[in-house]
Formats: sequence, C-alpha cells, structure tokens
Amino acid sequence: MKDNVLMRIAARWNMPFMLIFALYTQTHGELGPGGGFQSGVMIAAAFIVYGMVFGGHEMRRIVPRWVTDIAAGLGVLIYAGTGVYCMLMGYEFLDYTAIMPGNPGGGAPWGMTSVEYGVGITVAAVMITVFNEITEGTAPEDSTIIMEKQ
Amino acid sequence: MNGILIIDLILLALLLITAVATVEVRNLFAAAMISSIYSLLMACFWTSMDAVDVAYTEAAVGAGISTILLIGTLVLTGSRETVRKAVHWPALLTCLAAGAVLIYGTLDMPAFGDPNAPAQQHPLYSGYTQQNIVKSPVGKSHENVEAYNAAQAEAQAHAEHEGEHAEHHDFYHGHVPNQVTSIIVDYRAFDTMFETCVIFTAGLGLIVLLRGRKGNPLRGGLL
Repeated sequence: MKDNVLMRIAARWNMPFMLIFALYTQTHGELGPGGGFQSGVMIAAAFIVYGMVFGGHEMRRIVPRWVTDIAAGLGVLIYAGTGVYCMLMGYEFLDYTAIMPGNPGGGAPWGMTSVEYGVGITVAAVMITVFNEITEGTAPEDSTIIMEKQ
Repeated sequence: MNGILIIDLILLALLLITAVATVEVRNLFAAAMISSIYSLLMACFWTSMDAVDVAYTEAAVGAGISTILLIGTLVLTGSRETVRKAVHWPALLTCLAAGAVLIYGTLDMPAFGDPNAPAQQHPLYSGYTQQNIVKSPVGKSHENVEAYNAAQAEAQAHAEHEGEHAEHHDFYHGHVPNQVTSIIVDYRAFDTMFETCVIFTAGLGLIVLLRGRKGNPLRGGLL
C-alpha cells in the first residue's frame, strides 16, 4: 500500500492531527467529553494507520516493542501509584483529597488528570501491541495490508 | 413531532439498514467498512440523545480502532466469506430469546425523556436534558416543556438564594464539571483501575501467547 500515493500522503498528513486531537481529548477529559480511554485509542489508531500504510516494521521503528511493553505496565503503575500516594498521605486509596489536603474538592481534578494519563498510556500501548501481535505472522515486507491480495 | 425526533428516526432507519447489510455482504472488507459506518451512525444517535461521552467512545473505538483491527485480521484470514449455511435455527432462537430478555429488562426503566425520572430531576444536571424531556413520548410535549421551565425557574431561584455566598458555594460539590468523568474516575475509581488492569492483562496475554510463535521474524521485545 506504500506505493499508493494517495494512501501515503493521507496517512502522513492525518497523523499529526490525530495525535493533537488525542492530546486535546486527554488533557480536556475532566472538563468536557473524552478522557484517557478515548485518547489512548486515538493515539494507537494514528500509529496503526501509519503501520498499515508503511508496514509494521516502519511503525516499530518509531514505536519499538520495548516502548509499548514498558508503557502498558507504566500506565497501570501511574493509576495505582496515585492511589498509593493518597494512602501514604493518610487518606483512603484513590481519595484525591490527599493531593490538596487544605482544599476539599481542589485535589480531584489533579487526581483525575493523573489517573486519566495512566489509562491513556496503557490503552494506547495495548492497542499498538494488539496490532503488532496480530500482524506478526507476516514477513516484514508483507506486513503492509495489500488490498489487491484479495 | 419535532425536528430532533425526525432526525432520530432517520438515524435509526439507517442503523437498521447498515446492520442488515453487515450480515448480508459477502466481501469481508466491505463488511468491516459497513460496521464502521454503523458505529459512526450510532455515535450520531448518541449525540442526539445528549450522551456525548458515549458518542465519543463509540466513534473512537467502534468506528476507529475496531475497524482497523478487523482489517488487520482480514490480512491473515482472507477477505471472502466461503461457506454460507442456511438459517441455523438453534442459534436464531438463542439470539431471539436473549433479545427478548434484554427488552424485558428495559421495561423497568423510566421511559426515555420522562421528566419525573431521577436523572432529570437533579438540579445540577437538569439543564443538560431539556432536549430529551421535549422528545419524551410520555404525556404531551408542551406539558413537558412547562415542567422543564418550572424546574429551570426553581433552579434559578435556588442559585440566586445562594448568591450571597457565591464565593463559598461549591457548585460542583468538589467534583469536576464533566459528570461522566467525575463518576468514572472518582466515584468509581476502583472499578476503573481494574478495567485498566483488564486491558493490561489482555495485552499481556497477547504477548505471551502470540509473540513466541515459531519462525516469527519479528521476535524480540522485552519478553
């Protein structure tokens, strides 16, 4: 598919917009619709579209496997770590009051933002992993999706 | 009958057509694309029902990533549906029974847009649901509009009464303005943490099961 000019240009030009919109969704999650899950899915979709057009090996050059492996665990760690931080400060697990003890309700947006980043990182990494592992059997140069093959 | 209801009916008719087309079409690439269109229409429908967060997720997950993953799978499986059986009666009956149970379950819920439903009566959120109250099939819609206006006036009076303590009055009760996010990652934070763990476990399972395949030229990574 990388010989197809239309696909190549579309993939290359769509990617930054998808990533920016994903970041907007991520950082705007507690104010408007959106949040970590949607943002993670969009980040993954941007990379996977790139991988479908230029080949999985090209995508793994940008996002190597060890990055997604670490990121998948890191997201859960950020989420649970926020909870453990609240416990260390003497509150209950995931009680966001701990982040700003003097101001009830003030810590909630910060806690939620941190937690949403955790969700987003895990979802993005796992979705990219799913794509990697599904297209794994094909040889590197064949891992582009060739519509004409049907 | 108002304009929004007509749009809803058009969307639902298109949803039905795409659902049947997804099952009937033989080319699996086409089926994947039609199911993507189905998700996009569904997202439009959620938006029309004021469920913007659900619409967002439907568009990102249903129309976006699952279509991509379906197409990625079709590369391995081939894109033609080979065997087509006649109607499989036990499967059809099971589906119909499950659908009937689901519909029976919804009978206990308040009617769509019912002004007396608990969700419509909360003073904080009543402003978000005007459209649904007006669309309600329960009662006549102009009565619903009057009920809505009365509720709005009451909320306004309540806000003015609180006005003298405006700087101390925490309108969101310590929560962030988006009530969906507030419920998902604060009220139900524990739940969401384990949902994240489920996603992580799914990725881990894929890595353990598929990455070690023999003759795999891409073997590598941490594991």
